[in-house]
Amino acid sequence: MEVAIKDWRNDIYKVFKELDITMVSHVPDAGHTPLINLCEKDNEIDVVTLTTEQDGVGLSCGAFAGGRKSALLMQSSGVGNCINALALPNICRIPFLTLVSMRGEWGEFVPWQVPMGLGTPKVLEAMDVKVFRADYKEEVGSTVDAAARFAFNTNRSAAVLLSQKMIGAKQFKNG
Amino acid sequence: MIERRPFVQKILKNRQTNLRVVSGLGTSTWDVMSGGDDKANFGFIGAMGQAIPFSLGLAMSQPDLRILLFTGDGDALMSLGSIATVANHPVTNLTIMVMDNESYVETGSQPTATAGKTDLEIVAKGSGIANSYTINSEKDYDRIIKTIYEEEGPSLVVAKCKAKATPLVFPYSFDGSVSINRFMSTLKS
Repeated sequence: MEVAIKDWRNDIYKVFKELDITMVSHVPDAGHTPLINLCEKDNEIDVVTLTTEQDGVGLSCGAFAGGRKSALLMQSSGVGNCINALALPNICRIPFLTLVSMRGEWGEFVPWQVPMGLGTPKVLEAMDVKVFRADYKEEVGSTVDAAARFAFNTNRSAAVLLSQKMIGAKQFKNG
Repeated sequence: MIERRPFVQKILKNRQTNLRVVSGLGTSTWDVMSGGDDKANFGFIGAMGQAIPFSLGLAMSQPDLRILLFTGDGDALMSLGSIATVANHPVTNLTIMVMDNESYVETGSQPTATAGKTDLEIVAKGSGIANSYTINSEKDYDRIIKTIYEEEGPSLVVAKCKAKATPLVFPYSFDGSVSINRFMSTLKS
């Protein structure tokens, strides 16, 4: 990928366009919002808002069976919801791509985010998902591109963890 | 109350070429298989709760085909939220048929929520699937066929079935990659 443009979410969007990813499902997270907005403005991309992240796994597999590539966007807290569903792409050898905005790591304010944040790479790996990670804005495009190619070329599951350091830790104010 | 297996077989017997069938894990997959092996079917044997979102993704990707999902009340109850997702990302070519026997029949017939106070037709309507209705008898066959092939979806039909265990009829393969690739060979991408 070329040099990162202004917002790294644009780099992810460019990968979607280049690899013909035409369905994007999500349970929203602030870290993904600029990307969701870009996808919603694009008539060639269907954006599906889920009620739970695991449904994005099945949706993505059904879309692929029908001939469309997709990606699931979620926060790290949603990864745990997907565990059993990840059996589906695994056993069917369907490519599955997810982009995970991390919480519970860099400068986290909310202790409730820490357990699943710490568990995220472990549970993904436990389910045979290849885990990629981007810590810096400059490497987001190339990392998402690599993960997507890994998934779609080898018919495996791949996740990109987008670090909280890069996204920015939200500091809450009471009142 | 409907005898589910012969009813599923009857629905599949004179199927049109534009129909693709998905089945949720367990009994629904054995039911569909009992009607004969067909590459245009894909059956879940695990990943409980994923059959509805899978069928949504498939229906969105193949708008020229009619997609029919047979699944159980147990599978549907595991992902009630996916019914809301189907309603709000409407696909006109999807029919969800919940074979509602009000029990987890494969594990010893423990009652499900639909044996109690839960009504999946009302859940579907409340979620925003207007074309949702319940049938209690095989006499509603013609109505079902019309829904599957002609009506504007998404539709959710609750078929109240007898709760009795039926013989297991295994699919062509238990290997999901074999099953999905056979199924995909019937689809144009």
